[in-house]
Amino acid sequence: MSEQLPPLPEPSGPPVADAIPRSRLSDGEWHRMHPLTPLLRGGLFLVVVAGVVVANLRERIAEWFLPFLVPDLPDGATLPGDPVDYVLSHNLLLVAGLVVLTVVVVLVVLFYVSWQFHTFRITDDDVEVRSGVLFRTHRRAPLDRVQGVNLTRPLVARILGLAKLEVIGAGLDANVRLEYLSTAHAETVRADILRLASGRTLAAAAAHGGEAPSSRVASAASAVSAGITGLIVGPEEALPPESVVTIPPGRVVASHLLGGSTVTLVLLIAAIVAGSILGTPWVLFAVVPAVLGFAAYWIRSITRALRYSIAPTPNGVRITFGLFTTVTEILPPGRVHAIEVRQHLLWRPAGWWSVTVNRLSGRGIETGREELAAVLPVGTRADVERVVALLAPGTADAADLVFARGLDAPAGDGAFRTTPRRAAILRPFSWRRNGYSLAPGMLVLRLGFVWRRVVLLPLARMQSIAIDQGPVDRVLRVAGVRAHTVLGPVSGRIGALDRDDALEAWARAERAAIAAAAEDRSHRWAG
Amino acid sequence: MTNLPEKETPEGSTTGTEPEASALDERTFRGIPRPRSAAGLPLGDGTWHQLARGFLWVRLISTGASLVIVLAAAVAISLATRTPWVWIPAGVVLAILVWILAITPRQVRAFGYQLREDDLLMRRGIVFQRMVAVPYGRMQLVDIAHGPLDRGFGIAQLKLVTAAAATGVVLPGLTQEAAEELRDTLVAVAESRRPGR
Repeated sequence: MSEQLPPLPEPSGPPVADAIPRSRLSDGEWHRMHPLTPLLRGGLFLVVVAGVVVANLRERIAEWFLPFLVPDLPDGATLPGDPVDYVLSHNLLLVAGLVVLTVVVVLVVLFYVSWQFHTFRITDDDVEVRSGVLFRTHRRAPLDRVQGVNLTRPLVARILGLAKLEVIGAGLDANVRLEYLSTAHAETVRADILRLASGRTLAAAAAHGGEAPSSRVASAASAVSAGITGLIVGPEEALPPESVVTIPPGRVVASHLLGGSTVTLVLLIAAIVAGSILGTPWVLFAVVPAVLGFAAYWIRSITRALRYSIAPTPNGVRITFGLFTTVTEILPPGRVHAIEVRQHLLWRPAGWWSVTVNRLSGRGIETGREELAAVLPVGTRADVERVVALLAPGTADAADLVFARGLDAPAGDGAFRTTPRRAAILRPFSWRRNGYSLAPGMLVLRLGFVWRRVVLLPLARMQSIAIDQGPVDRVLRVAGVRAHTVLGPVSGRIGALDRDDALEAWARAERAAIAAAAEDRSHRWAG
Repeated sequence: MTNLPEKETPEGSTTGTEPEASALDERTFRGIPRPRSAAGLPLGDGTWHQLARGFLWVRLISTGASLVIVLAAAVAISLATRTPWVWIPAGVVLAILVWILAITPRQVRAFGYQLREDDLLMRRGIVFQRMVAVPYGRMQLVDIAHGPLDRGFGIAQLKLVTAAAATGVVLPGLTQEAAEELRDTLVAVAESRRPGR
């Protein structure tokens, strides 16, 4: 890691607005992140320091800013000693000032050095990031394994006009993060990565960036003002593609209030109230934290689902969401491993559905921290059909499979092989509906009576398929089939199928999956 | 651990990637148990390769060792404290271990795998039967592991990893040579069928 870095162009310059397909940030050379990066990345540390300082000085701060709160002390009584008193009483003002100055200088130097060493490079085959001074890390994501590129803008970064890019790799903890870049640069870099990943031939012309800005301060100031304008105005991109679905904010709120967690809350409150009546009334106080917790959860998930848009782009489906922290995901074609359309019982009168997918998130465990749990949090039938058509571009009639030939298909029409009557005891409500059908390139499962679901499994993405049978199943001559996909919220399992149907599904899906995988070319989708 | 002189020649539809001189069937069980109920999952066509005979001893010894440890601990505690209560949890654990010992031979025999034209088929279980089919192109990694006891019996465990964690194809007791041969075969075949994913 001792190689000399080439002279770097200033990364926080004005956006490169020319139409050359490759910007100068992805020219195969090492580039630095935005200069404010260490501040944002070290934000937690600074917050902790500030917290310690405030905790130590709270009495003095209260005295300074809220003098009426400080009780009049009787003579002779002293406040517990705090560092400021100590400094003042020992004439250590100069020393204290020097210490503070040293700390600030050390921090600035550390930030500067860490910024110097935090660089990224985008070549024809990889995205690479290296960082760290003492412990160097070097991550590399091969472009033909890119599963998607997320652009996240937490609130603070948004005000500063910054964004972080996360290149989703295939595998656990395989993501490469470029944090932070100015928003305009992040957009161009993302476009470059996706274009390179798509395998489209690139114009050989070298990109000429704009001139380096006159000063760092000026560029930072312009970035801040642009960020604030963007916060107020809304869309921060030049031309965001038209969303095929719009979700009114009222529907987002209503759908959350009618969601499954509300049922849990009502049951919980009922249990607590009953407990307080039958037992001690103190139990009633347990309601308060429960309600607070749910309120926090609702607010978080509602703000995340606001400002939702989904649109097709040449490089895949583009999903944007979030009121405060804005996340823009691009899912290239062929990166969706399973699609589930489901409906809560409480949503049925309103006719709402949600769409969830399995995809490689590149993280070890599905944290859901900055991700939307669902690709479509709530939508009508027409919305669902449009979204599913976007997500399964290879299958012409994928949207039909959900409703017309899926959920709405009559029980006995033969399209679905369903649970035989003798096994109805295993699926007492849904046995007429519980079934599968094998469409070209797609395994369709229809499940559930109370929570209706349709699962679409693109066979070209299926990893393996299992058939299983327990002792009860054997008595009833049924078996279960489970299609294995990458880790995600959608399960590809269906139980209680007639044994011969299950065997047929298992064998045919396996054959079809092998054929589909052999024809699949979506890793270089523009090829 | 007898070396059977006659070698079964695999017949049927499964000869696509079957190696010629194979270590897969040496020192293994012969004859996968057929499900007794007609409603079970049928064995289907093709020859099932099975686990090494030595693996049964590995399983029996390791289960037997835990049995002895639990028994010794229970005796020690009951002697030290002079109360019989320790025998309630210990009895439950011991009963479970004895049950495991009893079913181990059948369980080990019920493992089988087939190398078909385009995929690997694995089968296991008697009461809870499971069959998994993994297309060769989906394999990402073939992992061989052996513990200390395994080494003593010349046994290795082979694990297939795909992008799906649920695939869970583990062949716990192959002979060392079979595991290596199978790994080489699988890697070679997977390389030739890998889609771009």
